[in-house]
Amino acid sequence: MVEEESVRVVRCGGSELNFRRAVFSADSKYIFCVSGDFVKVHSTATEECVHILQGHRNLVTGIQLNPNNHLQLYSCSFDGTVKLWDYVDGILIKTFVVGLKLHALFTLPSAEDSVFVIINKEKPDVFQLVSVKLPKSSSQEIEAKELSFVLDYINQSPKCIAFGNEGEYVAAVRDFYLSVYFFKKKTTSRFTLSSSRNKKHAKNNFTCVACHPKEDCIATGHKDGKIRLWRNFDDDKKYTYTCLHWHHDMVMDLAFSVTGTSLLSGGRESVLVEWRDATEKNKEFLPRLGATIEHISVSPAGDLFCTSHSDNKIIVIHRNLEASAVIQGLVKDSNIFTGLMVDPRTKALVLNGKPGHLQFYSLQHDKQLYNLDIIQQEYINDYGLIQIELTKAAFGCYGNWLATVEQRQEKETELELQMKLWMYNKKTQGFVLNTKVNMPHEDHITALCFCNAEKFENPTLVTSSKDGHFKVWILTDDSDIYKKAVGWTCDFVGSYHKYQATNCCFSEDGSLLAVSFEEIVTIWDSETWELKCTFCQRAGKIRHLCFGRLTCSKYLLGATENGILCCWNLLSCALFVFKPSEPRPLYIQKNISREEVQWGVFVPRDVPESFTSEAYQWLNRSQFYFLTKSQSLLTFSTKSPEEKLTPTSKQLLAEESLPTTPFYFILGKHREQQDEKINEAFESELVQLPLTENIPAISELLHTPAHVLPSASFLCSKFVSSLLLSKETKSGEEIPEDVDMEEGKESDDSDEENDFTEKIQDTNNTDLGEDLLHQLSKSEEKELRKFRKVDYSWITVL
Amino acid sequence: MGEFKVHRVRFFNYVPSGIRCVAYNNQSNRLAVSRTDGTVEIYNLSANYFQEKFFPGHESRATEALCWAKGQRLFSGGLNGEIIEYDLQALNIKYAMDAFGGPIWSMAVSPCGSQLLVGCEDGSVKLFQITPDKIQFERNFDRQKSRILSLSWHPSGTHIAAGSIDYISVFDVKSGSAVHKMLVDRQYMGVSKRKCIIWGVAFLSDGTVISVDSAGKVQFWDSATGTLVKNHLIANADVQSIAVSDQEDSFVVGTAEGTVFHFQLVSVTSNSSEKQWVRTKPFQHHTHDVRAVAHSPTALISGGTDTHLVIRPLMEKVEVKNYDAALRKITFPHRRLISCSKKRHLLLFQFAHHLELWRLGSTVATGKNGDTLPLSKDADHLLHLKTKGPENIICSCISPCGSWIAYSTTSRFFLYRLNYEHDNISLQRVSKMPAFLRSALQILFSEDSTKLFVASNQGSLHIIRLLEGSFKHLHTFQPQSGTVESMCLLAISPDGNWLAASGTSAGVHVYNIKHLKLHCTVPAYNFPVTALAIAPNTNNLVIAHSDQQVFEYSIPDKQYTEWSRTIQKQGFHYLWLQRDTPITHISFHPKRPMHILLHDAYMFCIIDKSLPLPNDKTLLYNPLPPTNESDVIRRRTAHAFKISKIYKPLLFMDLLDERTLVAVERPLDDIIAQLPPPIKKKKFGT
Repeated sequence: MVEEESVRVVRCGGSELNFRRAVFSADSKYIFCVSGDFVKVHSTATEECVHILQGHRNLVTGIQLNPNNHLQLYSCSFDGTVKLWDYVDGILIKTFVVGLKLHALFTLPSAEDSVFVIINKEKPDVFQLVSVKLPKSSSQEIEAKELSFVLDYINQSPKCIAFGNEGEYVAAVRDFYLSVYFFKKKTTSRFTLSSSRNKKHAKNNFTCVACHPKEDCIATGHKDGKIRLWRNFDDDKKYTYTCLHWHHDMVMDLAFSVTGTSLLSGGRESVLVEWRDATEKNKEFLPRLGATIEHISVSPAGDLFCTSHSDNKIIVIHRNLEASAVIQGLVKDSNIFTGLMVDPRTKALVLNGKPGHLQFYSLQHDKQLYNLDIIQQEYINDYGLIQIELTKAAFGCYGNWLATVEQRQEKETELELQMKLWMYNKKTQGFVLNTKVNMPHEDHITALCFCNAEKFENPTLVTSSKDGHFKVWILTDDSDIYKKAVGWTCDFVGSYHKYQATNCCFSEDGSLLAVSFEEIVTIWDSETWELKCTFCQRAGKIRHLCFGRLTCSKYLLGATENGILCCWNLLSCALFVFKPSEPRPLYIQKNISREEVQWGVFVPRDVPESFTSEAYQWLNRSQFYFLTKSQSLLTFSTKSPEEKLTPTSKQLLAEESLPTTPFYFILGKHREQQDEKINEAFESELVQLPLTENIPAISELLHTPAHVLPSASFLCSKFVSSLLLSKETKSGEEIPEDVDMEEGKESDDSDEENDFTEKIQDTNNTDLGEDLLHQLSKSEEKELRKFRKVDYSWITVL
Repeated sequence: MGEFKVHRVRFFNYVPSGIRCVAYNNQSNRLAVSRTDGTVEIYNLSANYFQEKFFPGHESRATEALCWAKGQRLFSGGLNGEIIEYDLQALNIKYAMDAFGGPIWSMAVSPCGSQLLVGCEDGSVKLFQITPDKIQFERNFDRQKSRILSLSWHPSGTHIAAGSIDYISVFDVKSGSAVHKMLVDRQYMGVSKRKCIIWGVAFLSDGTVISVDSAGKVQFWDSATGTLVKNHLIANADVQSIAVSDQEDSFVVGTAEGTVFHFQLVSVTSNSSEKQWVRTKPFQHHTHDVRAVAHSPTALISGGTDTHLVIRPLMEKVEVKNYDAALRKITFPHRRLISCSKKRHLLLFQFAHHLELWRLGSTVATGKNGDTLPLSKDADHLLHLKTKGPENIICSCISPCGSWIAYSTTSRFFLYRLNYEHDNISLQRVSKMPAFLRSALQILFSEDSTKLFVASNQGSLHIIRLLEGSFKHLHTFQPQSGTVESMCLLAISPDGNWLAASGTSAGVHVYNIKHLKLHCTVPAYNFPVTALAIAPNTNNLVIAHSDQQVFEYSIPDKQYTEWSRTIQKQGFHYLWLQRDTPITHISFHPKRPMHILLHDAYMFCIIDKSLPLPNDKTLLYNPLPPTNESDVIRRRTAHAFKISKIYKPLLFMDLLDERTLVAVERPLDDIIAQLPPPIKKKKFGT
């Protein structure tokens, strides 16, 4: 199967923005943050991503502005390279190959031709700070092997290293000691705090360090929430420190303002504290930042701060402690109970977000759209507290309804369960709570399923629970004399021999409901709620159920706990059992990720691709996204990463935040007039001429530096064609019909994916599977073959 | 060690008075501490922080200011408007002089030590010239509107800073006029308080004035321009005291919240000469107001309402990290406040203005080691004897037979005869005590209660024969010619033949009572004596010094005993030498001549001279050996020092009879419970 384009696993976003401190550009217009293998450049004013600097082959671990040219940015990565970027244009200027895994990067204005990196020696926990000489050369890729050792046995985190007084010394903290290396004297002073086990000193551990920009003063954060300000540290004996104590828990990061007059600190309290004049009584707070502050950084211009939070967001804060912009990535909650879903309306990925929230995350823009507060309770962040968990969610009726289940279990017998039904409000463009059901079941709810058939005038929801029942909820008129309203009530309660209901699923047309009770699948008529038939199969407890689509709607798929996929033909009541490895799976990608894959989902494409190859046809109309255990979002793609870059449209965004120079006023006025003209043109419905500013090709031509422009002949045709008037085609508007179908499919697929990873080892030694295959009877084989054919046709529809 | 029945006495309701002022003398390394009841104590910091001397308090003489002048002269000023100079040799008040300005709030001695400045209630600042034997009023400075609460000289002696209410004045000493008046912000955390009291000022040589005030601020002023330079808000309550080191590179302030803050002058960057004051470490050793602080070259000293005197060494100034670098907390006086009548099981407790006589409870029950026995008869409060007049009791004693009580104040000596009739007791004062007995520093009865020995503050020792209801003055040992040093400690041999007396610094004198002459003098030792006792039968004098050394001196042989020489040769165990508190009482077991019983505030020890001495490798504080251990092990681990730390803080411990001990404890929690409530601070998480 040789193809020109092969399917690769691509990191498609959701990477940690809070992995390292964000960096401001010198003029505070841009903010840089690491994001997986990329560096993202955001505008501080509009929050938009302006560029994505791609080129590293592994996690980016450090970014710093080039101190000698503030329009350039250094980055380092686990792939062992230091890269220099022109961030204005998003161009890679140079690559320095160090060859060692680099954990952090520091630059100093005084050390012109070298940068400092943290590397890891043989032992896993021994890290060194070394200075790397960056040789001057005109070539793109330069070997930088000249390392000189600075400090040994330091902490891996860049928060534990700080350079002070214009590079006179470097302070590093680890465990219970602070070491200061003086570059001029070439001496190291070490100050140790008491680490005895008694209660008072048990949490003296250093957590972070910052150096005063003007004075010889080192601020260190500690595990018990104290901040110590060290002075006189050039004298081993006369050193002294002051304590500032407000945080009740670990100080996560510290930063001095540019002038050094105030110190910023943050921690799990999600409060940014500004200590003015480093005095205990003179402090200001910016509270309710939402999540633990992981990093704090300060813009070189001094007008902005930013905090990175554990919920994968960056908040840009003004000097007067007012949050001005929020850059929100995919929230990494510890537990994704809901799995991955697709909102049929926005095509956004929906999953657990902040505690008690459901996040809507745009895959196309790698950006969080919004958060829906489901639990609607103040979240108290304290260790050992049992929180209410949002465990299940499901969309129904083309995104008109959302059902959520939350639970809290303090003791075995005390289960608090709540089901909420949310209606989409077109006016407010959001979900509004419609019905709240306390204790919908006696025990944990295992599945939620909406009936999505068109013929069903009444929205129907089925819940299955461990208490052995499944309940059917329908929307009824709840109007009274005061208002017209609708609400959900329980319509039918079904059970089967007191078995625990494990899953439920509606057929595509909504006529049948399949509910699995441990190892038994029951089929119910959705009109009369009569038990039609049962399939009993002793292969194991059924975890997932799914009806076939379109031409395959007569098939019901079930996945069991021990990795067997079952398929029932509803017309003949015949059963096929197959392991994922046996009938030839459509596509197997091995070693997709280092971690276990937890969830997967098919997301419809905006623009269908056309893959000719049979193997990739399943990627034609939807894309498969999956989430690993460390919660990075991955997908399969055939495109090369460079192609994905379309910087032109984004440059315009950046341009809008240009400073107001006299030139701008002239140009701006001119533009306004033009805008008016457009409006006039619109009103009079005249044939409008495209404005030069709005044509991407032109702006690309004008905004790209000359030295990276392709040849004029190449651009010419594009330029001319852009000037031609074109009829607008609305290709993107075509929403595939089968949106909800994909959505319904998701749980099944995710499980399949789970099995994939578990079985990958098995597939490697296929002879084992083949043996099994031979054991199947001839008739079964025939059936299987038939099924396979059918299966293909169904897949190609996707 | 032997088993004892212990009377664990906790009904001694003693509360030390709060510390009001602290003054440190750099030359002699001594610390003067005045308490709210007017007592002034002198601590010798070189001699293991021993409380060498004390001047008894006086109800009307509340000290508000205390300072040392040139030549080890100590002055105090109080709310009665008098300036008092203390005689540190004779331990009495040299003279008191009215400053005629109402209550005195502050005092400062000029840097050259020849002038004394006094700030008064009426707003006047008065300058006195210190003459060799007195002080002489020189002149008044410009009178201010309200009381002068704090004063500080510029090191050059040309200017002074005076803290008043709401403002600080800077005076020119030559002209006596105010050069600047620096108004202090009344605002306190955004709320305007009624008044801002400047509790303390410090004038630095570079012209900076540091002020501490009731709004919780520490402020730096430029005295040349009269402007505020820097403001540190450090407390939510008053900052009450300030003390600057001699080098002017650090100072210490004490707040009403009980916190002591250390400020240091540190260079801004290592390669620039610019320096700034930085608040460095807070110390929370007090629960109540820190009314006074002092800054010695190596330590921060603070004292306050919670009655502790805390000495916190500065680690960076300490050369070697030995025991001197540890924190010291002095709560109890280093002298005995309790005397005991062994025969009648009576305890006499001495308070500032009264005496209490208690009879110990008794029990018929028996029990195992460690059991608490139920009392068959409760302890009985027999007598509450109030002094007449405003003066504090200096010392008191009950005779071993329990029929005499003697106590002394500065102006009078009292002797009472007690008669016991079943449960009733009657008290009869012996009248016409001679005047020379007043202001006695130590009173002691002979073992048979027939003689009374009184050490007066003039250095003389008086012997009085006690008869039924009357007395007869027998003899007076005059001090050696030339010395006026007063005797503080007395010890009488049980056979009544020898009397040992020790002063604050010179050696111990042993007198022969039979022949009424000086028998010998034990060679002087560098450290003051903290306790004395003469052993029965052998007549060995046991002397404990403030550096924790113990000597045994044979009076008949006029030389140190063999055991004493051995232990001096070998040296004491390092842990023994590192104890905080001095030994305050020594006694002997009547049946075991080899045992010496002694105690300090945190341990009780029986020295068994027959056992080998411990060296630094052996465990000094061994727990009581469990009985099931074999004799061999016990013998091998046994050493001369048997230490029990069960009772603490231990104020008194003595042997009542062979098998009974009495221990008087005063738990610190009980003292704190009797103090006024501290400033309420919200504790996080409550």
